[in-house]
Amino acid sequence: MIIDIIVPKAGEAVTEADIASWMKEDGDFVQMDEAMLELETDKASMELAAEQAGQLKIIVPEGETVQVGDVIGQIDTSASGEATPAKEAKKEEPAPEVKEEPEPAKEPEVVVDPNDLSQKTPSPAARKIIIENGLSVQDIPASGKGGRITKADVLAHLKLREQQLKIPSPIQTQTPEPAPAPKGPVIDPADQERGVRVERMSRLRRTVAERLVEAQKTAAILTTFNEVDMSGVMDLRKKYKEKFKEKHEVGLGFMSFFTKACCMALKDYPVINAQVDGNNIIYHDYADIGVAVSTPKGLVVPVVRDAQDMSFDQIEKKIVELAIKGRNADLTPDEMSGGTFTITNGGIFGSMLSTPILNRPQSAILGMHNIIQKPVVVDGEIVIRPMMYLALSYDHRIIDGAEAVRFLVKVKECIEDPTRILLDL
Amino acid sequence: MSEFDLIVIGAGPGGYVAGIRAAQLGMKVAVVEKYNSLGGTCLNVGCIPSKALLDSSELYHLATEKFGVHGIKTGKVSIDFPQMLQRKNDVISNTVAGIDYLFKKNNITRLTGLASFVDKNTISVKPEKGKAETYKATNFIIATGSKPTELPFMKYDGKKIISSTHALNLPKVPKHLIVVGGGVIGLELGSVYGRLGSKVTVIEFMDKILPTMDVELGKTLARSLKKINFEFHLSTKVKACSVKGNQVSVTAENKKGEDIVFSGDHVLVSVGRRPYTDGLAVENAGIELDERGFIKVNDQLQTAADNIYAIGDVIGGMMLAHKAEEEGVYAVEHMSEEIPHLNYNCIPGVVYTWPEVASVGKTEQELKDAGTEYKVGKFPFKASGRARAAEETDGFVKVLADPETDEILGVHMLGPRCSDMIAEAVLAMEYKASAEDVATIVHAHPTFTEAFKEASLMATADRAIHV
Repeated sequence: MIIDIIVPKAGEAVTEADIASWMKEDGDFVQMDEAMLELETDKASMELAAEQAGQLKIIVPEGETVQVGDVIGQIDTSASGEATPAKEAKKEEPAPEVKEEPEPAKEPEVVVDPNDLSQKTPSPAARKIIIENGLSVQDIPASGKGGRITKADVLAHLKLREQQLKIPSPIQTQTPEPAPAPKGPVIDPADQERGVRVERMSRLRRTVAERLVEAQKTAAILTTFNEVDMSGVMDLRKKYKEKFKEKHEVGLGFMSFFTKACCMALKDYPVINAQVDGNNIIYHDYADIGVAVSTPKGLVVPVVRDAQDMSFDQIEKKIVELAIKGRNADLTPDEMSGGTFTITNGGIFGSMLSTPILNRPQSAILGMHNIIQKPVVVDGEIVIRPMMYLALSYDHRIIDGAEAVRFLVKVKECIEDPTRILLDL
Repeated sequence: MSEFDLIVIGAGPGGYVAGIRAAQLGMKVAVVEKYNSLGGTCLNVGCIPSKALLDSSELYHLATEKFGVHGIKTGKVSIDFPQMLQRKNDVISNTVAGIDYLFKKNNITRLTGLASFVDKNTISVKPEKGKAETYKATNFIIATGSKPTELPFMKYDGKKIISSTHALNLPKVPKHLIVVGGGVIGLELGSVYGRLGSKVTVIEFMDKILPTMDVELGKTLARSLKKINFEFHLSTKVKACSVKGNQVSVTAENKKGEDIVFSGDHVLVSVGRRPYTDGLAVENAGIELDERGFIKVNDQLQTAADNIYAIGDVIGGMMLAHKAEEEGVYAVEHMSEEIPHLNYNCIPGVVYTWPEVASVGKTEQELKDAGTEYKVGKFPFKASGRARAAEETDGFVKVLADPETDEILGVHMLGPRCSDMIAEAVLAMEYKASAEDVATIVHAHPTFTEAFKEASLMATADRAIHV
């Protein structure tokens, strides 16, 4: 039989793609799962593999632009002459670059999938209690062999939950009812009169929650502070804002300054850019800076790769691009992973000072805050300057206080006198 | 003079396993053994030969006592004892040859002779014939094991007053065997002869047999052993012994203070085993012994000389081959900076009588003494379909669990195949399973292992199905 080769969806905003190259010729015989062609969208490029074995017929040649859903070729599965048994056409997601996005229309799966319990495999009895109570595996401290959750662990966790959240735990002694779907927490009727509302966490929220707790549990997080006089940068911006926008078609913001300043400081203090891996420290010769972006679904941190080699305009453009993608939920997993350092800006919401949490597995994060006009002393005189508090949270396992402080001082120096960035001082 | 990364002294289960593990980890290893065959007590005069005779005698017992009910008629069944012993000897030599092969396969240097320490890095090995040679090594493991303890007033003569070693090589099946000591070895060897038709009289100083195991096990086993010609005298202390002609007579005092005299063909003295360090010259390496002669070690099995480890019977604890093996592997892994594993609470104890006894974890008595609360689930083999089909309904499986967390604290079994079944309980305890976990897991039907599942159902929620 003849099956169509159709251009697949490759992201929410993607409507068209280019056929970058056909890896087989018209009339070739292809095996099942063999790569046939390369498609390119403006987000990613991906290979399409044959769903079934058979003879290839190319309809749309290389170099053409096609729309999602177009038929670009066909496979004749009977052509080989071998008796290929009719298999079920598997729906293949061609490339690992296509990430699964949280589609707003679909409610995230709520049942605790027992196969999902990969790191902490609970014992059979423990699993039953977890499902019955809608517990999350990640919340339960595990004392069993190899980090497994024992029945004792779950019972202890339920007790704690009962105490802390006033959710009664049905620790059963009789035969339990068959419970295929988890019950939510049982709310005390008395509380219902006072407007207690229970909402399930979205998958994104759950993942974020897990990561944050993990960060706190694994690293020894401390925060050191400093304040920076933004007048130098602000003057520079005032002077060159228009020209910058004209030439580079992107606004000159603060982020490029901070990104470059951090790159300078990371070069001087490489351990800030490093990561703990078991008993090893992994150092990086490059700076992939994560820039935290707030989206309706929560905070995401896309990464500006090799920021140390980028110019101010390149950084600004990249950040704009990533921010738009972030808000449209269009970021690929690749774009969000692998950062070595993160900058987060609470100031845009009005935060004066905060203690950011680490973005695992990174060892440090810089928090920017509100710029407030404040009286400060310069050369013995009181003047008004636009001041910003900077916070550096760091993993004390590998970063000593002295280094963290000096790093932050270096960032401050580069911001207060941006010529240092120019002269690499 | 040859230098090694590791020299192991003693090629019993502790020593040879340590040697092989060390070779696997790339060490240059030598193992010293003073006897001509490898395998130590276990392979030569312990575990293996006793199991061989136990199996042979059990078959005879089945043929004479059990075949009838199965509808099998035989003529007169008789014993060819020399053949039984020969088979046992063949089993030993095949097993020992296996170790020879493993040593060659792993390039382990074998040294024959008696080892003595010169200093903490040097030993001298003196063969029976020829002169002593010295060897140096970075690390040592002492695995010299143990020997049967003698009672001072009745020393072994190898003919009438015998140890377990002699009991494995009697000239013929005795009419009456007296056994001093109602522990594992006495009961196992007594079982061999009880099944072959001997009368067996067990004299035990404590008020129960198998004094270190869960009390119910010993009590229930005694009932079964009585069916194979056993007679028990508990709380009875042996005072004197004399040999006259081909009979030996033993005088003992019972708990009422009365003297009783037993007369038999042999008296097997199995009151325990003492650590063996004769000729080892441990003091030359700075190693210390405790007041009973056991080598003192820290939690990592190191002696006072930190490059010298000691394992197995010679350091005391449970005198079991698998405990020695586990310690041997631990010592080797510790010295190579691997992460070793040793969990004394999960070492099973087995008695190869029939029905078999097997146990892991805490006994009820230990829990009571420690003030620990526990709940019990017990399932008798009488209620097991498999046991009924096999005509093997003596015994039970008992599970002890924490009343709050349901975690299994101990499992005690008496019955058919329990020596193998206990492995499931050991695995469960290593993974800190709850009784409910075992009860949830599917056990094939019909098997003896279902008794473990049912006992766990009892323990977790008092809801066994089949009883």
